[in-house]
Amino acid sequence: MVQPLDRLKESASQTAGPYVHIGLTPNFAEIGGVYEGDLGTSMVNDKTRGERITIVGSIIDGANTPLKDALAEIWQADADGRYNSPAEMRGSADPNFTGWGRCPTDMTSGEFRFETIKPGRVPFNDGRLMAPHITFWIVARGINLGLMTRMYFADEEAANAEDPVLARVEHRVRVPTLLAQKDGNGYRFDIHLQGEKETIFFDI
Amino acid sequence: MSSATLSNRKPETGAFFQRDLDWHPPAFTPQYKTSVLRSPQKALLSLDNTLSEITGPVFGHNIIGDLDGDLIHNFAKSGESAIGPRIIVHGHVLDERGKGVDGVLLEFWQANAGGRYRHKKEGYLAALDPNFGGCGRTITDENGYYSFRTVQPGPYPWPNRVNDWRPAHIHFSIFGHGFAQRLITQMYFEGDPMIWQCPIVDTIPGREAIEGLTAALDRQATIPMDARAYKFDIVLRGRRSTLFENRKEGN
Repeated sequence: MVQPLDRLKESASQTAGPYVHIGLTPNFAEIGGVYEGDLGTSMVNDKTRGERITIVGSIIDGANTPLKDALAEIWQADADGRYNSPAEMRGSADPNFTGWGRCPTDMTSGEFRFETIKPGRVPFNDGRLMAPHITFWIVARGINLGLMTRMYFADEEAANAEDPVLARVEHRVRVPTLLAQKDGNGYRFDIHLQGEKETIFFDI
Repeated sequence: MSSATLSNRKPETGAFFQRDLDWHPPAFTPQYKTSVLRSPQKALLSLDNTLSEITGPVFGHNIIGDLDGDLIHNFAKSGESAIGPRIIVHGHVLDERGKGVDGVLLEFWQANAGGRYRHKKEGYLAALDPNFGGCGRTITDENGYYSFRTVQPGPYPWPNRVNDWRPAHIHFSIFGHGFAQRLITQMYFEGDPMIWQCPIVDTIPGREAIEGLTAALDRQATIPMDARAYKFDIVLRGRRSTLFENRKEGN
């Protein structure tokens, strides 16, 4: 016999279902008057430091159809590469930037849209700098466990080339699935759940 | 959102334990038809956490309104209340090490007592309750405890196979201390025979994991002549100590 480890098991995930908006964006779901506004709709204000960007995209299923009932959340560093989080030990992040956004995909177009800033570079665990990136978390009806991925910037070629996470991708042909493309004044980032262009999802 | 410190405890910065993907439902579960075209088919990229996942947003108690944790009243007209069995849902948010997790934002949503959601895409013929919206939220206290008040939701039919019904359930969205702990799940009710007939519950491979989502009727916490209580504990990923982490920049 040995001593028991006494660890618990994480609560099992279940799908967010078709009515995720009721819980996470009730004003979007036309349930007014309960909360003042929906959390995560505004990441920046007039004083936020950094380059303003817009990120637009769709989440596309295996029949090449955008999901109109999904919800995306993003988490990112500020312009200097610091996170607005108690676990950020390298100094204070920009107090005018939340770093976290939440957006349901539009019920007609299927697009999500984030008004944010371009993040700075954050060190990897060995001190090397990662390329600027934004973490995405996707939930929807039919998705049993929230999908984690990262958005990198296609126009950061040099930084991307030395990014230690991108370097871990064995099939180089799949790296572009993580790259947002410049599109007018913003970036376009489509997420493919299946198929030839299936986005790289993370077990992290 | 608030950057205010939640407690005097030193924040933890260790990486989270690897997620047990054999315990969670797999992506492809054909008995739940919608998953067929929405399930990634290629292998996931497995990585230890970086700062991007160890950190996460924090929400201050100041965002919570007086009625946010009272679904019986938060959408009701003044002096009225939602129809249905009155219940308290309470519990402890822990991590896999058994430590209470403070400052956790819990958001929940559910159907009304007749099994009807207040949503434009919902077509079940059960009546809407004019006094029930179906959403609420709260934040765990310094030891990881939470509670809220609602009506017990009803079971409802849904378009999957010809005659599939969901057991009564409440959806939960949970933020831990790091974005890697982000989780959405559902709470079921002790004794409900519908649990074992549901294709969505059935996506979870093991019985023990399903029982871990089933709240116990808690007669000790029941308020006499007012509301029964259900106890629903939630477990988030645990994390390593940073003491022995081999970091170039030190701890």
